[in-house]
Amino acid sequence: MPRKIIKDRAIVDDSFTVVNSVDEFPRSGDVILDIALWQELAPRLQHRPGKVGVKVPVDVEPEDLVDLLGQVDVIAIEFPVFRDGRGYSLARILRERLGYEGELRACGDVLRDQMFYLQRCGFNSFVTREDRCIEDALNGLHDFSVTYQADALEKRPIYLRR
Amino acid sequence: MYAYTEYDQQLLTERVAQYRNQTQRYLDGKLNDEEFLALRLQNGLYIQRHAPMLRVAIPYGMLNSAQVRVLGEIARDYDKGYAHISTRQNIQYNWPDLELVPEILERLASVQMHAIQTSGNCIRNVTTDQFAGVAPDEVADPRPYCEIIRQWSTFHPEFAYLPRKFKIAVNAAESDRAAIRFHDIGVELVRDPQGEIALDIWAGGGLGRTPVVAEKVVANLPPRYLLSYLEAILRVYNRYGRRDNKYKARIKILVKALGVEAFREKVEAEWQHMKDTEMDLPRSEVERMQAQFPAPDYAELADIPPALQQARQEHPGFDAWLKRNCHAHKQAGYQAVTLSLKATAVAPGDITSDELFAVADLADRYSFGEVRSTHNQNLVLADVRQDQLFELWTELKSLGFATANIGCLTDVICCPGGDFCSLANAKSIPIAEQIQRRFDDLDYLYDLGDIDLNISGCMNACGHHHIGNIGILGVDKKGQEFYQISLGGHSGRDARIGKIVGPSFNEEEVADVITQIIDVYVENRIEGESFLATYDRIGMAPFKERVYASKNH
Repeated sequence: MPRKIIKDRAIVDDSFTVVNSVDEFPRSGDVILDIALWQELAPRLQHRPGKVGVKVPVDVEPEDLVDLLGQVDVIAIEFPVFRDGRGYSLARILRERLGYEGELRACGDVLRDQMFYLQRCGFNSFVTREDRCIEDALNGLHDFSVTYQADALEKRPIYLRR
Repeated sequence: MYAYTEYDQQLLTERVAQYRNQTQRYLDGKLNDEEFLALRLQNGLYIQRHAPMLRVAIPYGMLNSAQVRVLGEIARDYDKGYAHISTRQNIQYNWPDLELVPEILERLASVQMHAIQTSGNCIRNVTTDQFAGVAPDEVADPRPYCEIIRQWSTFHPEFAYLPRKFKIAVNAAESDRAAIRFHDIGVELVRDPQGEIALDIWAGGGLGRTPVVAEKVVANLPPRYLLSYLEAILRVYNRYGRRDNKYKARIKILVKALGVEAFREKVEAEWQHMKDTEMDLPRSEVERMQAQFPAPDYAELADIPPALQQARQEHPGFDAWLKRNCHAHKQAGYQAVTLSLKATAVAPGDITSDELFAVADLADRYSFGEVRSTHNQNLVLADVRQDQLFELWTELKSLGFATANIGCLTDVICCPGGDFCSLANAKSIPIAEQIQRRFDDLDYLYDLGDIDLNISGCMNACGHHHIGNIGILGVDKKGQEFYQISLGGHSGRDARIGKIVGPSFNEEEVADVITQIIDVYVENRIEGESFLATYDRIGMAPFKERVYASKNH
């Protein structure tokens, strides 16, 4: 049974399989690879059916991702622990500076109470922790109707929106 | 002061609902301790030695009388009838029930108050000069900029999970009363060479285990770049600040490790992408904020009315209070008055609910309904008519707020210490009291002049001991409480960190040691010389010799 994730504010089946080594590679279907593995296999992936995503750690330099932006369907940023805020900055740089428009996925220690901020930083899909209720996590996207700052979704701070 | 718009209020309403939901999920076991910890801290809720402690934000120290009354009601209804003014201009309750915090937040929201980001690894309440807007020595009122920073930092989506806490202070005056050089970021309003208001931005200052004076990152920055520059600094810190060791996680460690030049390069590189975009502050927004802090409806008055002079001659106590507890004002015929929360035998900064109600009434009758909190843990009525000072003094005396010791040795900055705080190594409040009892002769105190005495119960330095002219730090030695003394710290423009005198003392020795230090000052000072100036001239040696003399014999 496919895993449930939140994507574009709805609970959907995840079409992607996370692949950790060459041996696990399925013949078809959508896959997410660790960035090192992706770099190794990239030339061979071009002719393979199915979408491809890469998983990156929160401390990756965004400049190192420039080359892959046009080649992947998903960038998944993995939070080692929800308290590690580096992924928020990384997401905003990908969206706002590097112009990445594909799926930006939060995975790892992803919980309801961080969802609102994550969304504002540009994440549009969320693999929430398996031991938690995904319906409840979805509610986290709607905690506030008011925001003061510019963010990945809204370029204008509140004083330009008034 | 700033009045909430509809959306500011809406945000608070939504915040109360969010926090109520988080508390409920915690009580239902759906959030574990660690997950709830991060959430409750971002709402100022600590679990302390006896009970939770709730820290409520007082943005840049500004309060109106309706807010002060609600703070008093909360102390009465949810606490043991008192509250505590913190060293960052906030107010703390030491005994609320965790389950009732959402209810307290709802009460606070009804008067445009909250506990948002008063703790946790996020951007904390912005602080400033307690005399902002009335100080004769300021280049501009810093409060509009503080409010701009407050809104920008409130629920900033990118900076809620920083490596460590992050404190910003703003100063606009000749003398720095906000200690901006000891903040993660200090913003200073200056006039640029063309005479326009501009910003100097300092970063990497702080106290705690590793006290550091901030470095200037940029000078004469046009105000439209305020938020983009702050955001660039925060982003560099969020991405590169250490997360492996909480004691090395503050921005000061990053600035030190990179060196200020390399740090500045990183910030500027980031800022190039942010400047001249929608992030720029339009002049209209600065003006809108300035309009939120209009001068009150001052009467046309002359300075120093004859009746005031007469009262000074007739009442030496009033005269002393006027000298110590009143501050010069921009407007002729007005003064800013500090209410001392440093009476002997009262924990520094503590205030009861009845006293809060009384302060609210005084504010309504004497100071256009506004009150300020100070980082020295006192309160201020900023706009008092000089011809009403005597009357006000009479009322303050009966309330116990007229202790004429502002800036003196007994105007102690002190953390809650081991009596309340679970982090503390030692008690701090009884040490303050010991010293206040020893120096109970006001005439002698006035003769000693300005001396900052700061006490912290542990290395975290909430009592700012590093920057006291005399600093006292509680340390733990094999389960016993000891106190380390430092001299020469200073928080103002020539900011610096005090030097430790030598081995620590036990609780019974502290007042004697302080007395010996003061004696050395009195014996060595040249007419009119302050404690700090004498220390600078004669150095540590004479003090050290005296305080350890009896131990060596």
